Amino acid sequence: MEHIRTTKVEHVKLLDRFSTSNKSLTGTLYLTATHLLFIDANQRETWILHHHIAAVEKLPLTTSGCPLVIQCKNFRIVHFVVPRERDCHDIYNSLLQLSKTAKYEDLYAFSYNPKQNESEQVKGWQLIDLAEEYKRMGVPNDYWQLSDANRDYKICETYPRELYVPRTASKPIIVGSSKFRSKGRFPVLSYYHKDKKAAICRCSQPLSGFSARCLEDEHMLQAISKANPSNRYMYVMDTRPKLNAMANRAAGKGYENEDNYSNIRFQFVGIENIHVMRSSLQKLLEVSGTKGLSVNDFLSGLENSGWLRHIKAVLDAAVFLVKAVAVESASVLVHCSDGWDRTSQVCSLGALLLDSYYRTIKGFMVLIEKDWISFGHKFSDRCCQLDGDPKEISPVFTQFLESVWNLTEQFPQAFEYNEAFLLQIHEHVHSCQFGNFLGNCQKEREELKLKEKTYSLWPFLLDEQKKYQNPLYKPSFSPNLTLLEPNTVSFNFKFWRNMYHQFDRSMHPRQSVYDLIMDMSEQNKQLEEDIKQLEAKIKQKSGQSDAVLLKERQQSAHPAPVMLKTPPCFKKDQPLIPLNDAVRTIEGSNAADNRYSEFMEELSKAEPAIVSLEYGVARMTC
Amino acid sequence: MEFSELIKTATVESVLLSCAGQPAVKGTLCITSHHLLLSSCPGGEGQPSAVELWLLIRNVDAVEKRVQNVGWYQPPRSSGSPRGNRLAGSSGTITLRCKDLKVLQLEIPGMEECLNIASSIEVSRAGVQRVGRSRWLPTVFALGLPLTWVNTQPLGCVCTGHPSCQTLWEEARMGFAERTFPAFLQLCSAVLQALSSVDSVMMMYPFFHRPQSLRLEEGWPRLPIEQHFQQIATKTTQWRLSDVNQDFAVCPTYPPAVIVPAAVSEETLRRAARFRQGGRFPVLSYYHTRNGTVMLRSGQPLTGPNRKRCPEDEMLLGSVLDEGERGFIIDTRSAQTAKQARMTGGGTEPKSSYPQWKRLHRPLERGRPLQESFIKLVEACNDASLGMDRWLGRLGGCRWLSHVKAALSTACLAAQCLDREESCVLVHGAEGTDTTLLVTALAQVILDPGCRTLKGFQELLEREWIQAGHPFHLRCARSAYSHARLKQEAPPLLPFPAKKKLSLLFLDCVWQLSRQFPFSLEFSEGLLLTLFDNAYASDYGTFLCNNEKERCLCKVKENTHSLWAWLDQPEERKKYLNPLYSPNLLVIWPSVEPQSIQLWQGMAGAAPGLSQPTWTACSSSACFPSCSRTQPR
Repeated sequence: MEHIRTTKVEHVKLLDRFSTSNKSLTGTLYLTATHLLFIDANQRETWILHHHIAAVEKLPLTTSGCPLVIQCKNFRIVHFVVPRERDCHDIYNSLLQLSKTAKYEDLYAFSYNPKQNESEQVKGWQLIDLAEEYKRMGVPNDYWQLSDANRDYKICETYPRELYVPRTASKPIIVGSSKFRSKGRFPVLSYYHKDKKAAICRCSQPLSGFSARCLEDEHMLQAISKANPSNRYMYVMDTRPKLNAMANRAAGKGYENEDNYSNIRFQFVGIENIHVMRSSLQKLLEVSGTKGLSVNDFLSGLENSGWLRHIKAVLDAAVFLVKAVAVESASVLVHCSDGWDRTSQVCSLGALLLDSYYRTIKGFMVLIEKDWISFGHKFSDRCCQLDGDPKEISPVFTQFLESVWNLTEQFPQAFEYNEAFLLQIHEHVHSCQFGNFLGNCQKEREELKLKEKTYSLWPFLLDEQKKYQNPLYKPSFSPNLTLLEPNTVSFNFKFWRNMYHQFDRSMHPRQSVYDLIMDMSEQNKQLEEDIKQLEAKIKQKSGQSDAVLLKERQQSAHPAPVMLKTPPCFKKDQPLIPLNDAVRTIEGSNAADNRYSEFMEELSKAEPAIVSLEYGVARMTC
Repeated sequence: MEFSELIKTATVESVLLSCAGQPAVKGTLCITSHHLLLSSCPGGEGQPSAVELWLLIRNVDAVEKRVQNVGWYQPPRSSGSPRGNRLAGSSGTITLRCKDLKVLQLEIPGMEECLNIASSIEVSRAGVQRVGRSRWLPTVFALGLPLTWVNTQPLGCVCTGHPSCQTLWEEARMGFAERTFPAFLQLCSAVLQALSSVDSVMMMYPFFHRPQSLRLEEGWPRLPIEQHFQQIATKTTQWRLSDVNQDFAVCPTYPPAVIVPAAVSEETLRRAARFRQGGRFPVLSYYHTRNGTVMLRSGQPLTGPNRKRCPEDEMLLGSVLDEGERGFIIDTRSAQTAKQARMTGGGTEPKSSYPQWKRLHRPLERGRPLQESFIKLVEACNDASLGMDRWLGRLGGCRWLSHVKAALSTACLAAQCLDREESCVLVHGAEGTDTTLLVTALAQVILDPGCRTLKGFQELLEREWIQAGHPFHLRCARSAYSHARLKQEAPPLLPFPAKKKLSLLFLDCVWQLSRQFPFSLEFSEGLLLTLFDNAYASDYGTFLCNNEKERCLCKVKENTHSLWAWLDQPEERKKYLNPLYSPNLLVIWPSVEPQSIQLWQGMAGAAPGLSQPTWTACSSSACFPSCSRTQPR
C-alpha cells in the first residue's frame, strides 16, 4: 500500500497503561495493510486493526524515544515508545492515512477472506431471516399485514423493503403519513406481542411545527390503536427531552398534539441526543484513563460524565414501554427525531424485556438485525467507518449493549449469552471486517452488494458459540411469564469495567467463575455420555445372559454399580480440574502490577545511604 | 433484673409485618425480654406455610412509631373517656431499623397497643443500660469529684467488681499525671459506660440461648494462641510462648498467652509494656513460612512530648532483626497525627532510637469519621429515589469505598514487605486494637493460604480480632440508624464512645478479595454476612465483651455457646462453603484500582433500597429476615 513507508520497527516499547513504575514490554512493531502488529519478547502478539483506530497521537520526544499513543474504538489504548523519531513519524503518518477510509470498497470487509465458499457465504447471509421472525411474532394476522409500499424504497429510503402496517392503513394513508414524518419514516410495526395483541411501532417525529396537521397521519395512528382489540388507547412515546422536542417545532418539526389525535396518550421520556452522548463518553474515557485515580475522583468523574445517568434513562424508557404493553396491553408508538437512534434503543430493549427469544444467542442476532440494521441505524456514521463528519459519531449502539449488560447482571440466569458475546459484537461493529454493519441503511447495503462481496458475522459467532454461552442460563427461568422487570434504581447500574478496561488485564478479577463453570459443565456432559454408554453396554450384556438374571437386575434400584467404579474417562488420581490449566493460573496476580507497590519499588532500589531512605519516607507521608 | 415486668403489652393479634421486597405477613406479635416474635397464622391469607420471625431486640438500632387517626384519639385528661375504649380503625405503625441494616415495619391495630409495643421494645432495648447507669451514677460521682481521690482506693473498689471498668480504671490511673479535670470527667463517663456494659453483658441473650444440638463449653477454641505457636515452633526456635500476661496484669487487653522473641525476658516485656499504650507491647501476629519473616503488632509507644525512650522496648524490637537487617513499621496514622499524638503522651518510634526500623505512614480512617462514612453509605443505599448523579455523588461523598481501598492497599503493603522485601513488619496505630488488627488480619488472608479456609478464617478471627482485644462490645453497640437519635440525646457529659465499623470494613475487604479470587477462599459471602450480623446481635457468646479478661470475668465460655461450634455443625457448615474453592497456595495480590473496588451489595443489600423485586419464600423453620438478603436473580 502506498501509505506504508516503514513496515517493521525493532526495539519498540509497549508501556503498561496503569503502572506508575513505567513497566514495559520490548518487541517489534509491524505494519501491514490491515493491521498494526506488536510482538513482544515472549512472542505474545497484539493485533490492532486499522479500522479500530480512533486517534493517533505523537507525544513530545523523551530520552528513551518517541512516544506514540493509539486510541481504539474498542477502548484499547496502547502507548508505544519508538526509539527513532523518524520511524515514529513514518508510522504515525501511515496510521493516520490507514485509519481513515474514504470509500466503502476500501474497508477490510471487502478484502477479508475467511475461506468460505460461495454457497457457505450465501447460507451465512440467510441465517437471519426477518420474514421468519415476523412470522414467529404472529404477523401477518387479522390486524397486521405486510405492506409493499416501500418495495422500491420509494416512500422511505432508510426503511427496509418489507414493512408491517395495520390492515386498515391503506396506501394513500401510508404515503400521506410518510410525508408528514421526518425523512419519510412513517409508523410501522417493530414488535408484536402475541398474547396481549399489542404492538410496538416506530417512526420519526411529525412535521407538525406549531400547528400543522395531517389527516392521513392521524388515520395512521388510529389504525394502529384499532389494530389492538384489548386496549383502544395507545401510547405515543417521544424519547427526547421535552425541551428538545419543543425546539424542533421552530424548525417545522416537533411532536404530536394530543388534541388532534384521538385515543392517544403522549409521553416524553427524556433521553439526550447523540451529541450529549458523545461528549459524555468522552468524559468517561478521560476519567477511566487517568493513572493513579482515587476512589473519590473516579466516582465524581463518573458522576460528571453523566454516562450512567444516560444508560439509566434508556433503560427507564424501555421499562415504561414494557409496562404499557404488558400491564395495560396498550400499543405503543416510539419516536425520537429521526427515529433511528433512541427509537432503536428503546424498541429493541423493550422487545428484549418482553420476549425471552431475544435473550438467546440467535434471538439477539435477530433483534440487532431487525431493530438496528434493517430499520436504518446509521452504523457507518455513528461508528465513523468512513472518514466523515465527526459530529455524526455517537456511542448509541454501545449504550444499547451496555444496557443489555446491566440486565445480564441483574438477571444472571435469563440470558443465553454472556458478556463476551456483547463485547465481540461491539468489536465487530467497529472492525468493518464483516458486511453486516457497513453502511447506513438497507438500500445502501444493497447498492454495495454486500451479500456478494462480504461475509456475515453471525455464522462465525454461532460457530464459536461455546465461548459466548452463559453457563448459568436457564431457559425455564421465570416459566410462566417471559417478562423481565428490571429494577432501575441507581445503585443497580455499574461501571462496565470489562468494556472500558477490556485490555487492562491487571484490573480484572484474577480467576473467572464463568470459565470454571463452563469447564465443569463440559466435564459433566462427558461423564453423562459415559454413563449412557455404560448403561447401553449393560443392557447388551444382560440381554445375552439368561432371563432370570435379567429380572434380578431390574429389581435392584441401581443396576450397574460394579461397572461404574472404573469409568473410562476418569482416572482415579486425576483431579477434576487440572491444576495447571489456563483457567487455574492467576493472571496478573503480582504485587508489582498493582499500585500499592509504587513506594516499595522506590525503596527497594539499591540505596547506599540512609538519606535516600528519608526521601522514601517523605513520599510515603505526603 | 427481669424486664418482663416492664413490658406493658406482650402479645397483639393480627399484626402486619412488611419488609422491603417481601410479601407482607400477618400474624401474632409477641415481645419477650430478648426477642420480638411474629408468627403468622398458618394457612390464612394465602400463606403457603407458617412464617416465624425471631428478632433479637438487641438487633434493633432505632424505633420509630407513627400513629394513624390521631385526631380521633382523645387523651383521658381532657375528656375523661375510658382509655380502654378501642377506637375502630385506629392503628399505628412501628418501624424497626436493625443493626444489620434491615428495616421492618409493623402495622398494629389499635393505637394504644402500638404505643405500648413501641415503649416495650424501647424498654427491653435500653432498659439494661438505664438500670446500670442509675445504679452507678451517684456512686461514681460522689466518689469521683474530689480529684485527690482518684488515685486512692474507694473508686477502685467500686470498680473491682466489674471487670471492664477495672480495665479502664487501671489504664486511666497509669496516665493520670497528665490528666485535667475535663479529662477526668471523661474518664468517669467511660467508667460508667463500662459499668453498664458489664451489667448488660450478663443479661444478654447468649447467656440464655441453649440450642439443643450443642453442649455448653463445647466448641470454644482451645488455646488458639498456643495452637498458633505450635505451628510456628515446628519451623523456628526464635519465638517462645510467654505467660507474662497470665493474670492480665501486664496488658489487660491481651490474652494470657502471647508469642514473643525467645531472647527476651519476662522482665523486659513488663518494662516494654509500660512504654506502649494500653500495655500492648509488640507481639507476634504472623510468621511467614516462606522466608521466616514475621509481622508484629503493638500499641503506640508512649514517647510523649519529652521524647521518652525505653531501652527494653528498643531491645525487644531489636531482637527481631539480625545484624544489618531492616524492618518496617507501618503506622496506620498520618505522620502529622502521629506527631500530634506526642502531645497526649503517645507518639511514634524515632529513627534515632530504632535505627534498623523504617517507618511508613499509611493513614487509615477510624473512629467517628468511619462510623459517619458507614451511616452515609446506608442512608444513600436506603434512598431509592436518588437519581444517578446524586447516587454517585453520595457514594463518593460517603468515602466508604475509599476506606476499603486504603485498607486493602495498606494490607498489601504489609504483605509486600514480608513476601517481596523479606523484611519484618511492625504494625500499630494508636491503641492497636482497631486499624492495626485490620491490617494484620487482612495481610494474613492475602499471604497465607491457611487463612483462606473456613477453619483457618475462624482461627484468624479468633486470634487477630477476638483474642487480640478488639472491643467488639463497644464498637458494635450501635449501628447506622441510631445516629440521628444519639446526636440529639447524647448528654454532653457522657459522650458516647466513637463507634467504629472496623470489623465490617475487614469483612468488606475480604469480600473484595473473594470477588477478585473467586476460587481461592473456602468460605462464601454467606459466612461474611453471618459474621456481620453476629457481631451486632448474636445468640452466641463469641463476640461478647471487649477482651479476653472481660470474657473470663463474665464467664462467657462457661455460660454461652460459641458461634464457631454452631457453624461447625455439618449442616450449617455446608451453607457457608464456596463450591468453587480449590486450594491456591500462592499469595493473592488484589487489584486496588478504583475500577476494581465494588460496592458490596450483599451487605448494603440488607438495606431495603437495594432489595430486588423477588425473594424466595422461606420455610416455616427458617428465620424470616435472614432470607431477605438480596440475591441477584
